[in-house]
Amino acid sequence: MPDATGLELIAHDLGEQVPGSVTGTEHYRGIATLIVDPGRVVAALRWLRDTPNQAYAFLASLHGSDYLPESPRFGVHYELLNMDRVERLHVKALLEEPGDGELPELDSCVELFPTADFQERELYDMFGIRFRGHPDLRRILMPEEYEGWPQRRDFPVGGEPVLFTHNEHRTPRWYE
Amino acid sequence: MSAEERTIATGVTVEPAQEAPAESEELLTINFGPHHPATHGVLRLLVTLRGEEVLDAHPYIGYVHTGIEKSCEDKSYWKVIPLVERMDYLAYYFNAMAFCMAVERLLDEEVPARAQYLRVIHCELNRIHSHLVWLGTSALDLGAISIFWYCFRERDKVLDLFEYSSGQRMHTRYVQVGGVIEDIPAGWAEKALAFTYEMEERVGQYEAMLDRNEIFLQRTKHVGIVPEQRLLALGVTGPLLRAAGNPWDLRKAAPYSSYDDFDFRIPVGTVGDCYDRYRVRVAEIRESCAIVRQAIEGLPEGPYITTNRKVALPPRHELATSMEALIHHFKLVTEGFRVPPGEAYLPIEGPRGELGCFVVADGSAKPARVHMRDPSFVNLQALREMVVGGYVADMITNLAMLDPILGGIDR
Repeated sequence: MPDATGLELIAHDLGEQVPGSVTGTEHYRGIATLIVDPGRVVAALRWLRDTPNQAYAFLASLHGSDYLPESPRFGVHYELLNMDRVERLHVKALLEEPGDGELPELDSCVELFPTADFQERELYDMFGIRFRGHPDLRRILMPEEYEGWPQRRDFPVGGEPVLFTHNEHRTPRWYE
Repeated sequence: MSAEERTIATGVTVEPAQEAPAESEELLTINFGPHHPATHGVLRLLVTLRGEEVLDAHPYIGYVHTGIEKSCEDKSYWKVIPLVERMDYLAYYFNAMAFCMAVERLLDEEVPARAQYLRVIHCELNRIHSHLVWLGTSALDLGAISIFWYCFRERDKVLDLFEYSSGQRMHTRYVQVGGVIEDIPAGWAEKALAFTYEMEERVGQYEAMLDRNEIFLQRTKHVGIVPEQRLLALGVTGPLLRAAGNPWDLRKAAPYSSYDDFDFRIPVGTVGDCYDRYRVRVAEIRESCAIVRQAIEGLPEGPYITTNRKVALPPRHELATSMEALIHHFKLVTEGFRVPPGEAYLPIEGPRGELGCFVVADGSAKPARVHMRDPSFVNLQALREMVVGGYVADMITNLAMLDPILGGIDR
């Protein structure tokens, strides 16, 4: 992990090279977090990957979170890793909820990190975050015809009726 | 029998394949799985074939998706542990450990040295267990049925050890936030030590059966090679990456828990084919035995769980005499402990690669988000590049050597 000073240096350099990309930094419990502007996230990731003295070339994980009731509501987290220095950098993009049933959108980073393919699909599946430019954005874990975004905080737990022998008469012709 | 006939009878020289007849030029798209024994779970592959040749393969997953991550948000922190254990059901100690380490990081909680050692001992036994199941089922896919019985015989001994120390054979809930649930019982250390010596001998026997086995070699040598740089781009970690020659192992690269204290080596391959993947995992069983032995011999004295009563349950005997202990017990069992707001991603080296747990705490007694970066899920993306251009039979080998656990992929 870069220390607090190192993180500020990265944020400063990144802010100079990709203007307006860094909106904040956070150093909590030894984890360095770089909060980036969602519109410039791919440019920021590209800079972090390709700049020789940064070289965060390995995307260890990509996941999402829902901070409801806070605003901006959604977080997309990129866990970058430099394998030579064994340094991890947590890059976070915060997305507003567009409202009107629209889905929040973000640029896809599959071009930069092919490993993001399945993970962006999982984010789309679970949170309904649409990744622009993803080659094959479909649901991955839930059935294709499923409606709703199950990992959102306002999506209730449970509620899926399970068919047993004792209640199959309540769903007539369930076998069709 | 003439010399010519003998060559044909022993079948040593293989004629080059005939030009394929015109009708097999047709492409065939088939479903491989989800209910096929060689998919190691409910994995469905949509495979495009031209004769025996694989032209394309797309994995379809989600058949055992049970929404564990969603359920975790509805449970207090200590009740999440049994849930996350059920994700990758062959690496339950690792799942629980990744989750507990992330929560400990958010709580800023120290874990006593003895607890760290006990965790390492059980994790390494779990790694042996996971690799044994992998070896048994993979060799079974390649037609070596006896290995399966031998591996499951040894696996049962590991499960016996788990049962002895925690009461359950699988999904033991042994790792707790702040330490482990219980100290090891009397006589356990001797049994575990004896097991490591026996296991090393058994590994030698497996190798004697497989290493120079003509069928096994023909099925695995030079099969499924993907360049190291491409594996890194695809996010592949663990034995698959190490077989390609990259010695990346979090136990060495960024030692967590007490891995600093032990002397062990990281096996790496040279070619990156399926044979190397097999060799790396088998060598890892040996190294795990060495780690378990060192940890048991150097097991420090002291508490096995943190003494912070706000996080860990007080000892049972205190409840009869101490009002304070009773209150702590009541608070922990009913509400659980609260974790200050924050988020942490903690990776550990699971049997299949980097197993990371991402936890968001919102200040309440329940996590706002629990996510497992499961290595099987990410590694599965490399399958397509391993199998395209090969034969159907090689696809089985690749799938076996990839070692996907569908419980971890689908969560």
